[in-house]
Order: sequence, then C-alpha cells, then structure tokens
Amino acid sequence: MTRVSNVLGIENKKPSIEEILEAGTFLVSGEIGPPKGPDIEEMIHHVDLLKDIVHAMNITDNQSSVMRYPSLATALIILEHGGEPNLQVTCRDRNRMAIESDLLFAYTRGVRSVLCLTGDSVPVGDHKESKSVFDLESVQLLNLIRTMEEGNDLGGNEMNGPVKFYPGAIVTPEADPLEPQLLKFEKKVEAGARWFQTQAIYDMDHFAKFMKTAREYPVKLQAGLVLLVSAGMAKYMNKNVPGVFVPDDLIDEMASAEKGKALDTGIKIMARQIKRIREENLADGVHIMAIGKEEVVPRILEEAELNITKL
Amino acid sequence: MIITKQKPFEVVLEELTGAKSVFLVGCGDCATLCETGGEDQVKEIAEKLESEGKKVAGSVVLEVGCHELDAKKEFRGHKDELAEADAILVMSCGAGTQAVRAVSDKPVFPSNDTLFLGNILRYGHYEEKCRLCGDCILDATGAICPVTRCHKGILNGPCGGTDNGKCEVDPDKDCGWTLIYQQLEKEGRVGEMKEYRPPKNWNTVLKPGRFVIPSRQKGGDEGE
Repeated sequence: MTRVSNVLGIENKKPSIEEILEAGTFLVSGEIGPPKGPDIEEMIHHVDLLKDIVHAMNITDNQSSVMRYPSLATALIILEHGGEPNLQVTCRDRNRMAIESDLLFAYTRGVRSVLCLTGDSVPVGDHKESKSVFDLESVQLLNLIRTMEEGNDLGGNEMNGPVKFYPGAIVTPEADPLEPQLLKFEKKVEAGARWFQTQAIYDMDHFAKFMKTAREYPVKLQAGLVLLVSAGMAKYMNKNVPGVFVPDDLIDEMASAEKGKALDTGIKIMARQIKRIREENLADGVHIMAIGKEEVVPRILEEAELNITKL
Repeated sequence: MIITKQKPFEVVLEELTGAKSVFLVGCGDCATLCETGGEDQVKEIAEKLESEGKKVAGSVVLEVGCHELDAKKEFRGHKDELAEADAILVMSCGAGTQAVRAVSDKPVFPSNDTLFLGNILRYGHYEEKCRLCGDCILDATGAICPVTRCHKGILNGPCGGTDNGKCEVDPDKDCGWTLIYQQLEKEGRVGEMKEYRPPKNWNTVLKPGRFVIPSRQKGGDEGE
C-alpha cells in the first residue's frame, strides 16, 4: 500500500494503525526512545531494525521528563525510512498554541496516529527546575484533536482547513485505586480516543479481567509489554513505577535465571505473554517496549511466533 | 495567609553589602505567624546585623505588611531613622516588600522567600490549598482543588502517576484526584467526575492583577 496522505506528506509506505486495527488485524508496535543529544545514528539503526517487523513505532516525547531529541523530528525520520510512526504528544512542555502548531506540522508531513498523554511531572525528570506547563491534559488534548478535525483551533478560530488523525490514549489496568482511572478511561473514549495502549502489564489474569470491562467500549486496545532484564528491575518497577505490578512468580523466574541469562528469560516471558494474548484474544494487539534493548525485539517476535507479514 | 521562609542570613548580608545603616520592617500578620517577620525575628536580625558591624537605624513591625497606606503612615513616625538608613530590609512577603518599595525611595531588600497562600493546619504547619486561579471550580470537585492539590493541576481526573492514593512527585503528598474521587463517592456524586472539563482560562485576571471592589468603583473614591 503506497500513498501520500496529504499535501506535503512524505510517502506513507505502510498501512496506518487505523487501517490495521479496523481490519481486525493484530497490531504489533514497538517503541523508539530518542537519544539525549544530536547523535541519532543508533536511533536510526533501531528504526531500520524495527520498521518491517512491527506495524508502527511509538516515539516517546521527552520520556520521564528527561530532555531528548524531539518526538516530532523522530516521527519524520521514521517516515523517511519507510516506517509508520505513532507520535506521542505530552502536555508537559507545550501550551495549547504550541501543541496545535505541532499537530498542524505533523499532519502536513504525513503523521497519522497521535498518542495523547498528559506527560510525567517535571520533578521526576532531569530538568527539575523547569516550569511545567500542563495547559492541557490528555482528555483535553483528545478534544483538541477533535476540534482541529472540525477545522477549528482552541482560540475559537476557524483554520483554513481541517486535520485528520487517528487519536489514541493510554490506560493503566493496575492503577490503585482503579475506579478513578476507569472514569478517566471513559472520558478519553468520549473525548475521541479510538484506541488505547496500556501501561506495562505482567499479571495476565488481572489483565484478562480488566479487558472484560474495557471490551464494553467501542475502542481497540493494545497490551503494553515492557521487557524484563533482571529480577532487580522488576522489584524496582514494583516499588517506583506507578501502575506497574510484576507478580512474584515472574520475579522468581527472573531471579532463577542462570548467570548472564536473565535477558533470555525476559525474552521468554514476553514471548509467552504475547502468545497468550493472541491465543486467548485478550487484546487487539501488543505494544512492545524493549527500553534500551531494541536489538532483541526480532528475537522476541520470533519466539512469540509473531510475523506481521503472516497476520 | 501568605507563607514565607527566611533566606539564609549570609544571603541577607550579601544583599546589604553596600549599606552601613539599615532600617528593618516587619509584618504583624502572616510573617509573624511564620516567624519570619514578627517582633522577635526583627530583634534577632537586628542583633545579627549589629554583630556584623551594621548599624540598625530603627525598626517597625507594621500591623499588616502589605498595606501600603498604613506603611506610609507608620513611616512618618520614623522619618529621622529612615533618613539615616542606607537601605530598608523588609521581613515580610514579596507583597510586603513591594508595599515598602511603593512608599520609600530608599534601596529596599527582602529577608524572606515567599512560598504560597497557605491554610493553617495548626500553629506553624501550613498547607497550600488554593492557587488563586480566578475561576473557582470547587463546586464540581467536592471542595478539593485539583488546580492546587494535583501537582500537574489537571482537570479531568487522575494521571497515570498516582499510586496508592499518593503522587509521583512525592510519596508524602496525596493525589488530589484520589481525594476528590473519595469525597465525591461519600457524597454520592462520583458521576459528576465523568463530566468533561474544557481547557481552563488561565488569564481570568490579567497579570499584574488589579481590582477595585464594586462599591468603590463609582465616584473615584478608591481610598486615595
């Protein structure tokens, strides 16, 4: 499928996330974390590594409030290299005007999916004294896209034409307490989110239960999977990352890995998760976050027997 | 009330480098309760300045540090001391410091940092609950302000950084939206949380704010 989605767009060589999900195909996405600094060689290598084995690549937006190469620029690099970008947009660093103009730019250059996030708090990152913006948050950002799709901006002005995106959002199945999170999930659906990626999930029984509720809404949902590289990492996430829970049996499995084989065990665990999600039809796709270990994504997919050309 | 904390004495001393003689101004209201500008702290700083070789020309603790008219009146009674001083050190909030600025031509310096509008939990314990945004939405949030009590100030429910009812920026801080949810649940109003709240008007009052109460708007009698 080759076409240009809009006037200035770089040729979109891949089907869009919308086309994949609406066709009922199991969506497989990866993630590109832009580097800190102008050397983007390794990032481009990761783009090339992933572009044909996943349907789309998320690009994080100053993830964890750590300043990095911009997500929008990375989205264009992915397009130039023949991949499909999923642009993450957070509300932490830009006010509504800046977000609107970024979205205009993204649209005219062929970005089709936007994942709408509030963004992490500034003090958790590496620019602790920076002024946080949060002029908008995720639900308002989704509504902003709807407004721009109607040809208007948030100042109440008519633009010289509408944009068109496939807006997505995130949800945290392990949030504690869960009820307020579900209320927000509902608000995101109403604000126009068409598909969701979850925060990292490990407890598959709990996830299956969550999906029973989520399936009642007219949206698609991808399970978010983060590669475990050690038992220590799992314990760290349980203690420090809100909304992430790694069950004890997985921590034990990681801990019992032979010396130097923990990564292999992490890969095995993720492959097993992917297989179960597909076999039991738990979700409409998976979002693979290999955070710094992008090199092993081909192995994960191989062990999970997941080949997107055969879906 | 306005919460202040004292700058380190070395910083204050550095501010006053060029001044041989200093006049001190305290505040009998908020800064007294914060122990940053009451009679005791004025006395304490006077002693410290004198031990560093400064002359303290005089001092006054204003009834309310930010009342410009009062400051003007009080200063009349300290005319000679003020004339002798090379600088005025204001032990109040930023508003108080600028009240002094407005009524004197001398160099004016602050001894305090101004932190927030605080509720008094008990003596000496203060907590920020209102950010003075100019567009109160407490009617919809169980009288718990998300603009203030959520670190991000977001308006449509908790972010993903909430954990066990606590905030990602500090495990000692409650998640404002969890508090709101719990309160609305008690009141049987959780459904109201589902209502979409559009982007906020952050310019309800054009900065710097200025306001005349309606009864004083006519006839030009504004207390001049």
